[in-house]
Amino acid sequence: MHINKHSTRRRFLGLAGSAAAFGTVPIVTLRPVQATPATLATAIRNVVGTAVVHAGKVKLEVPPLVENGNTVPMTVSVSNPMTREDYVKSIHVFNEKNPQPNIGNFYLGVQAGRAQISTRIRLADSQKVVAIAHLSDGSFWSATADVVVTLAACTEEVI
Amino acid sequence: MPSALINVPARAKRGDVIEIKTLMSHIMETGYRHTATGEVIPRDIITSFACRYNGAEIFRADLFPAIAANPFISFFTVAAESGKFEFEWIGDKGFSETASASIIVE
Repeated sequence: MHINKHSTRRRFLGLAGSAAAFGTVPIVTLRPVQATPATLATAIRNVVGTAVVHAGKVKLEVPPLVENGNTVPMTVSVSNPMTREDYVKSIHVFNEKNPQPNIGNFYLGVQAGRAQISTRIRLADSQKVVAIAHLSDGSFWSATADVVVTLAACTEEVI
Repeated sequence: MPSALINVPARAKRGDVIEIKTLMSHIMETGYRHTATGEVIPRDIITSFACRYNGAEIFRADLFPAIAANPFISFFTVAAESGKFEFEWIGDKGFSETASASIIVE
């Protein structure tokens, strides 16, 4: 009885181990390449060019801890008077570890009255989110937020 | 059948800053998921959203797979005159939807 039980457990562990090893192969080959901090920097460079990105003026609101990365509420606001002389032209949002570094580009203008946008985003992992505002004088301002994600988006299988 | 939800105040005072909320039903398939058999599900997302106020574009957005399903976008504008807001979503696989809302500015 005792020996029988033992062998069952051993067999189970062996099976589980081989299943895990077998299962890992397709995951590794099919999993998309994650955006890395380097691709994040490249994506930001594509938007800002050679301009200096200052920290400040932008407020990026995302929950610091999210249970479900499939839908994360996000609000970006820029403290700006929104006058003809000084307004926000666009807001760009990036991430560090999703398969793609871009989240969205939002083009406002002086007629917006208030430089604020809200949407819901996906996060594939606990990571840094970066929002950059492009002002009418050509300057760029940014804010970053760290988000901890317990259930990641993008990776689940569809059955 | 795609459907849009638009929230625009029916009335506003001239010069008021108003919030516009939009939601379009769409799967926003990222193109990074795969089935149990290992096949990649092709990307199917909304790639662009635009809003026009009496013909003039006031807001535009480029969307990426990192935007959640059923994209919700909210933004602000100054109520300048009575008229119509027109919304347009364009995406993969020929997806194209429009919606509109009217406002009375006093």
